Amino acid sequence: MLTKLVNMDRRIVFILVALAVIIPMVFPISLPVSISKPTQDLYDYIDGLEAGSAIMLVFDYGPSSLAELNPMAKAILKQCFERDVKVVGLTLYAVGTTMGSDLMKGVAEEKNAVYGEDYVYLGFRPGTELVILGMGDSIASIYENDYYETPLLELPMMQNIRNYDQIELVVDLASGNLTEYWITFANVQFNQKIGAGVTGVIISQMYPYLQTGQLVGLISGIAGAAEYERLIDDPAKGVLWINIESFVHLLIVVLVVIGNIAFFIRRGQEE
Amino acid sequence: MEFLGIWIAAFLTLCIYSFLYKDNPFYRFAEYLFVGMSVGYGIVLQYHQGFIPFAWQPFSEVFTGGSLLGLIKLIPIGIGLLFFSGLSSRHTWLIRFPSAILIGVGCGLAIPNVLRANIFEQTRGTVEPFSVIHSNVAGLVEPIPSFEFYGLIFGAVLMVIGVICTLTYFFFSVEHRGPVKWVSKIGIAFLMIGFGSAFGNTVMGRVALLIQRVDFLLNDWIGSIF
Repeated sequence: MLTKLVNMDRRIVFILVALAVIIPMVFPISLPVSISKPTQDLYDYIDGLEAGSAIMLVFDYGPSSLAELNPMAKAILKQCFERDVKVVGLTLYAVGTTMGSDLMKGVAEEKNAVYGEDYVYLGFRPGTELVILGMGDSIASIYENDYYETPLLELPMMQNIRNYDQIELVVDLASGNLTEYWITFANVQFNQKIGAGVTGVIISQMYPYLQTGQLVGLISGIAGAAEYERLIDDPAKGVLWINIESFVHLLIVVLVVIGNIAFFIRRGQEE
Repeated sequence: MEFLGIWIAAFLTLCIYSFLYKDNPFYRFAEYLFVGMSVGYGIVLQYHQGFIPFAWQPFSEVFTGGSLLGLIKLIPIGIGLLFFSGLSSRHTWLIRFPSAILIGVGCGLAIPNVLRANIFEQTRGTVEPFSVIHSNVAGLVEPIPSFEFYGLIFGAVLMVIGVICTLTYFFFSVEHRGPVKWVSKIGIAFLMIGFGSAFGNTVMGRVALLIQRVDFLLNDWIGSIF
């Protein structure tokens, strides 16, 4: 029995994980979501901005990370549009370019936000650190036109936004190390306030920047997205998925415990 | 069109997950397609949003009655083209010029900023809690509740111990024997806690990807059929 358990076909684990995802998705169960301080800090910072001020929302991720980062992006956009905070969207990650545009359009339609007045999308420019540094002097020097080829200075919203001096916060949604570029170049060089939303893989790398205040707030993976949706009081995919995630985590913990018990019993018997 | 897109996405998702059973041609087809599409999409974007507006357009405007300043773009274009000298074994040495410029500019931009962001600020962050503790003890600021205060002391001391022990583990100029060995062993424990946290978060991220795909298959794909 123990030998069978230890040598269990890994495909059985895959089936169990699939069931742990499908069953709560078909029969949703609502579990409580507690709000962590880093998420609350980012929410409070944006919530404290005056109407008419602007933030920069950076889509530094591709389709392979949209599961975690799209819910965050949507929640932040909804909060901004509701509070009349202008949003300048852009990306330093080529593969995420179209995704950022579609996402902003979708949320804008839902919230009746007007392109050019409430938000603009600048698209992608190569040269990561040069783009970040260049926008500190003049955004128009890097992005002469927006993503849809409209000259930047023809957009009403961009008349008053020249560089980081008019940007209250940069929120970087990243699946890689691009948040560190924003901290290293925009925060250090221009004292620009930075917030971040990151995938689970890089959360641990970001915590030192929170403690030093280099990040004003941090949304951590799908759990953070669910927290943010709760904060804006608009539960969506983040809240639904984190409930499912809890069941899968429970299954993984049970499997780890059973695996370890079986391993130690078998080793004891062999000795 | 959207209907077709959903079916293609569902088919490719199932192709990728078929690997969980065993490696097969469907999985490899989807994998190669993904890699090819990503590279192709990246190249097209780099070309349209980088090369055209920053290099080609200002340069070509010289010949269409624009400013002669566009000619200056010949310098970066020429230097960039030297990267292709790697294709010829006789001229491969020319690649050193663009490489040297890239490395030089990169280091010049990064070193002062990286030092400040990752060394000076992190050092300040490590010792700053002691300043808060001192301010509280000396009555320079409004006192914080005692439970929170002891938590602050514990956190500050733990962080300094963690930093010193972990750095000792990576200090190779002294042989790890006696007290140094034990300090570095404590450093390993801190590292393991860090890796454990990173692993846990990674599991959360990977499961989220699975959930998103299952959500797509159940709601967008199967939902579009029934």
